[in-house]
Order: sequence, then structure tokens, then C-alpha cells
Amino acid sequence: MEGPRSSRRRLPVGGALTYLSLIVASAVVLIPLAVVFLTSLKTSEEVGSGGALSLPGNWFNFENYVTAFNDGKMLTAFGNTAFILVFSIGGTVIIGSMTAYAVDRFDFRGKKLVMAGFLIATLVPSVTTQVATFQVINSFSLVDTRWAPILLYMGTDIVSVYIFLQFIRGIPVSLDEAARLDGANAFTIYRKIIFPLLKPAIATVVIIKGITTYNDFYIPFLYMHSEDLGTISTALFRFKGPFGAHWEAISAGAILVIVPTLVVFLLLQRWIYNGFAQGATK
Amino acid sequence: MTGRSSTDKAEADTLGRRSRPAGRRRGPTAGRTRSWRDSPLRRITPWLFLAAPLALLITFTYVPVASMISYSFTDWDGVSPDREYVGFDNYVRIFTRPEFFRVFFVSGYYLAASVVQIAVALYFAVILSFNLRFRSFFKGILFFPYLINGVAIGFVFLYFFQDGGTLDSVLAWLGVTSDHPWLGDPTSANVSLAGVSVWRFTGLNFVLFLGAIQSIPGELYEAAELDGAGKWKQFRHIIAPSIKPVISLSAILAISGSLSVFEIPYIMTGGATGTQTFVIQTIKLAFQFNKTGLASAAAVVLLLIILLITWIQRRLVPDDKVDLV
Repeated sequence: MEGPRSSRRRLPVGGALTYLSLIVASAVVLIPLAVVFLTSLKTSEEVGSGGALSLPGNWFNFENYVTAFNDGKMLTAFGNTAFILVFSIGGTVIIGSMTAYAVDRFDFRGKKLVMAGFLIATLVPSVTTQVATFQVINSFSLVDTRWAPILLYMGTDIVSVYIFLQFIRGIPVSLDEAARLDGANAFTIYRKIIFPLLKPAIATVVIIKGITTYNDFYIPFLYMHSEDLGTISTALFRFKGPFGAHWEAISAGAILVIVPTLVVFLLLQRWIYNGFAQGATK
Repeated sequence: MTGRSSTDKAEADTLGRRSRPAGRRRGPTAGRTRSWRDSPLRRITPWLFLAAPLALLITFTYVPVASMISYSFTDWDGVSPDREYVGFDNYVRIFTRPEFFRVFFVSGYYLAASVVQIAVALYFAVILSFNLRFRSFFKGILFFPYLINGVAIGFVFLYFFQDGGTLDSVLAWLGVTSDHPWLGDPTSANVSLAGVSVWRFTGLNFVLFLGAIQSIPGELYEAAELDGAGKWKQFRHIIAPSIKPVISLSAILAISGSLSVFEIPYIMTGGATGTQTFVIQTIKLAFQFNKTGLASAAAVVLLLIILLITWIQRRLVPDDKVDLV
């Protein structure tokens, strides 16, 4: 991102206003989050008596986190989310790259039809079909299991197919042919040559898929009702009931859920920007 | 993201017409030229790779669309084995009962919010394409909300709009006393919720715009400066045209997004105080009131509206970069 090109232009005079607008925007983003962080460190008396912007008496009061983590069943929630993440990301990567390989490297009858099938599917937002999708999942008796979201995340990810397709076109066919002369079959070529060379695209798909799956509320909410099947989204949503107006516990829960995202973001910033830019415009 | 350059395209074309060294193949028809191409194994190989993806695609996209259309003409409750064909009754109900139709007005708030969102994102994308101090820092801050879990955002903003919550405290701190119950009446509740969606989604638009602006070659600006073009002219004649496709994409995402808003209002208000959206209503119809037939009809209407919008957008801004295979 910070290539030589970014230094080509300097901001014109009048930069003060520009910086002011950036500072205001940062405040708008940060203040709601910062207040929730402050609240998560307060005792329930402090929340009741002080204003939202008051500071906690003890900056190391992590009691609310303990409450949120234990009573909110956050450990189970992180476990379920991790389980779903591993399978749906793994499945998406394998399925997406296989589709891209088959479509780009082979000429076969029906290829146009297959591509049209994937293209038209991008036009159908999954929120619109959920009533009927529920019946499909129900007919497999998968409602209220972790396989329901896994299948749905794998089965509807057309964006990743496009990311792989764009990338696979850049891999020279001569590599395939050399391998074929050495006696490799199509599957070996896919596994030993194409798949390893797809690494950058795989990284993109893993990041986009990982963040959207981690944050998804709609699908786990509809398909996994049991309390011990909560994902981080639905487990956090359940805070609304038992914790009611206990903002210090709810805030701690929210921060617990946000922190992993923040860490991943800080570590992978550059790839995340590119990933989302690529994913969204496909 | 900005489409493939012409060299990519040329490369893809040659890849498409790749000739494979024939002969020297082991196989049933070895010896004939193009043997591999014609062998039955070669013919089924792509289908072996496509079997799982196509099965998933059909099961989770095409079967639901087809069955949704068929449910929409019945009075099915989603559970009982029998259902009755009722013709267009469900559709008539959706379009004639005001309480079903009201949800479309709620989308209006989100649509207005997306205009704000796109404008704000564009402003910051232009600013941050200059070489500024703390550029990456500001970029990170503006984008980060997009990555946060929706439920967490819901709670953050529930507290934000509480009586004596963040917003009231900030206003008091700025010297404004406010007693307004922000989520208390339909108009201010919808405006508040739409504001949350601006907060949440501006970052994505911003990153898309920024990427498009940065892919403009620097020489263009230099040439423009030599010709005496000011900053505004540079924006109008260089930046604006080159990000037009991304803006049009954002517009269409904004429209279909405003029709399918679900998470934030569901988490924050549960659809109370006039904040019920189309998706919340459909979900309630289907899963609380067991009116699967009616809910399916509503979903078909939503799908048709979204397809219509997509079609109009494609006609208005022809995408010359559609290159599937």
C-alpha cells in the first residue's frame, strides 16, 4: 500500500481542515467503543451513579470479564465458532479452488452453463431464500447442529470461486503440461501444482471468509437454537436476557468478542484491506 | 479488483486456446492426435472436480429459490404435511395490507443513510489518497468498524443511545443538554439505527474507493498539473471517471443492502417502535407465526425487487469488464 506512488503527492495548503475532519471521524469511530471499554471495567454501582464518560475507579477490575466469560458461556461459544470456522473455511478453499481449476483448465460441454449457474447465484442474496433454505436443512435433519452453518457457508460462497478463478488464470498452463508429460493426472496436477501456487488467493479467501463467518449472526441465530451450540454472535446476543440492564457485563462481553478481531486486524492489516477490496468487487 | 488489464486479458485468451502437445499419450486411443482431449477420462475429469461444488450450489441456491416460489402460492405453515394452493392470495395480501407494506418505508431511512455513507467514504478516500501524516492510522480507524461483530455493534450502540448513555454524555460535555429518548419514537429510532449502519459500513466503501483511486497512474496527475489543472479539476476529470465503476457498485450494494437490513435493528430494538424491516418481518412470519407461504411470497417480492435493481444498474452503467471465462 505504502508504495513509492503514495509519496507522489503532497496535501495542498489548507491541510488543517483536512486533519480536523480526520480527527472528528476518528472520534466518532472511537468514542462509542472507548465508552463500552470503560464501562466494562466499572462496578455496577459505578455504572449506576456515574455518567457514561466517567472513568472506572479501578482500571484493573476484570470481574465483569470473568462474569461475562463464565455466565455467558463464552468458552463454548469460542469453541463452536472455531469448529465452524475450521470446517467452513477448509471446505470453501477446497471447493472454490476445485471449481476454479475445473472451469479454467478444461474445455467441456456444459461449461458455459456451469459458469452461468455460478454467476446467476451471485444475484440471489441469501437473506431472501432463507425461508426455503431452512426447509432444505430441515429435510437433512441438520437443524440445530453445527453442520447446518458449515454447509451453508461452504455452499453459497461464490465470491471465493471468483477470487480463485481470477488467480488461476495467471498460473501458466505450461506448468500443467510439463507435469502431464511426466505422467501426472489431473488430480495430481491440482494438488501438487495448482493448489500450492494459489497461496495468495487462499490467504485472501481465508481472511474474508474467516472474518465474515466469525461475525455472522443470521445463520447461527436461525439454525442453532440450543444454548450449548451458541457461536460468539448468538452467545453474545443472549446477554440481552439474563444481564438485562447490567451494562458492565454486556460491555465486557462485547469487548471479549471485539478483541480477537482487533488483534487479527492489527497483525494482517495490509492483506485485510486487499482481501475485502478484491472480494467485494467480484 | 479494477478488472484485469488488457495484458491479463490477452493472456487469458491465449490460455483459452492453448494447444496441448498431443500424441505420446498413454491411454485407450494413444497414437491418434489429440488423444487426451478425446479420451472418456478427460471428458469426465472436470465433472469430478465440479461434483461437490455443483451439488452445494444446487442444494443451497437453486432448490431454495424454486421451492420458495412454489411455497409462495400455498398457505403452508412450514410443519404440517398438507398445504393448499391459494394462487396469488399471499401476494395480494402483501401489497394490500398496509402493515406489510410499511417495511418498505423503513428501507427509505437506510437508503438515505447509504447516500451519506458513500459521500463520507468518498471524501475520506480522496483525502487519504494524498500523502498525509498518520495516513495508515486514520485508514485503519475508518475501516475497523466494518470488521466488528454485528451483535457487539448492536450493544455498543444500545448503550450509545441510552438515557444518560454515551450520546447524552458527549452532548452534555459539549454543553448541550438532551432529554431525547433516541430510540423512543419511530422517526428518531430509525434515524438512529440508520446512523449505526453508516458508522458500520462507511469503512468498506472507503477502502474500495481508496483502492480505485490508488490504481490511477501518478503520471496522469503530473500531466494534469503541467496543463494547469487545479485540485478540483483533477478530481473531476481524473479521479471521478476512474472510480465510476466502484461507485456504481457501491450504489447497488447500498440499495439491495437497505432492503435486506436485519441485524442491527433486530439486535437493538427487535423491530419495535416502527423499526421493523422487510427481513425481520419475513423471519417473524416464517419462524414465529409459521406462515411459511406468506413469508415465501414476501421473500419472492424482495428477490424480484433486488433483481430488478441489479438489471437497471447493469443497463445504466454497462460493465465492460464482465469476463467469465
